[in-house]
Amino acid sequence: MVHGLVEYSFFGHTVYLTTTHVSILMVMLILMVFSVIAGNGFKKALREEKFAPTNGFMNGVELLTEFLMNTVKGGMGKSAPVFFNYIATLFCFILLSNISGLLGLRPPTADYGVTLPLALITFTIIHYSEVRFSKPKQLWADKCSPLPPWLPIWLPINIISDIAVPISLSLRLFANVLSGTVMMALIYGLLGWIATGWPAALHVYFDLFSGAIQTYVFCMLTMTYISSARGDN
Amino acid sequence: MEFNENFVYGCSAIGAGLAVIAGIGPGVGQGIAAGHGASAVGRNPGAKGDIMSTMLLGQAVAETTGLYGLLVAMLLMFVKPFV
Repeated sequence: MVHGLVEYSFFGHTVYLTTTHVSILMVMLILMVFSVIAGNGFKKALREEKFAPTNGFMNGVELLTEFLMNTVKGGMGKSAPVFFNYIATLFCFILLSNISGLLGLRPPTADYGVTLPLALITFTIIHYSEVRFSKPKQLWADKCSPLPPWLPIWLPINIISDIAVPISLSLRLFANVLSGTVMMALIYGLLGWIATGWPAALHVYFDLFSGAIQTYVFCMLTMTYISSARGDN
Repeated sequence: MEFNENFVYGCSAIGAGLAVIAGIGPGVGQGIAAGHGASAVGRNPGAKGDIMSTMLLGQAVAETTGLYGLLVAMLLMFVKPFV
């Protein structure tokens, strides 16, 4: 469970700095160190005009970048260059958050306060793009979609389905990571000394496999929604 | 009849057990998706990567309803909204 570590008062409310904040800071620290080292490697390669990876680490960085570029290109088509930075950041952050259970942290994504803002950012981008890239008349026709625009009785249902997007997006990630965390906590808590060694196999499933799949799904759905709102297919 | 706290605990536990029955639907759905994915790979082994990513995406979306059931069960067990 999420524990409060430091208690302070914020406009009369008592709020806590929790384990989520600590693990999110650790994840950010790891990502920052990684990106500084990778960026220095790229700069050095540019300076010395070596256009091939110089060591194993840079090879891995190039593999990751290439994978992310291909994924974003496949998911977004022609607006891929605009959103590559955002999606790649999202991918690295969620992936490291999901597998941070292996490092002994409580995964930050097992807290609804982390996944909901991530989904709300997506929601904001979707509707900003919709307003920017389609004419108001077209937008109104879309919102009344199965029926003609002069008969807006389908409008509330479309609005509800719009609101359901960030909720389902965030709850999917949250519930997956939380179920893994709770399941592992139950196994370690109930079995005691019997749970030595073999739960590693369960960690591979709950932390690595499930975490990677959910990261991919979150990024993929974000890309699909944004590119359909921008109207490029 | 008077309902005390333990009665509500017990009913919450039963409700949590009933809520995770929601897992049946996604199980069947994911199985169907995996089966069709396997037959698609059998018909067209060249498109294995695309088929895999589409299948996993669909399965993860289908999983959502089951996760809602799990979430309700967890809320009933750990947050105890009715006590």
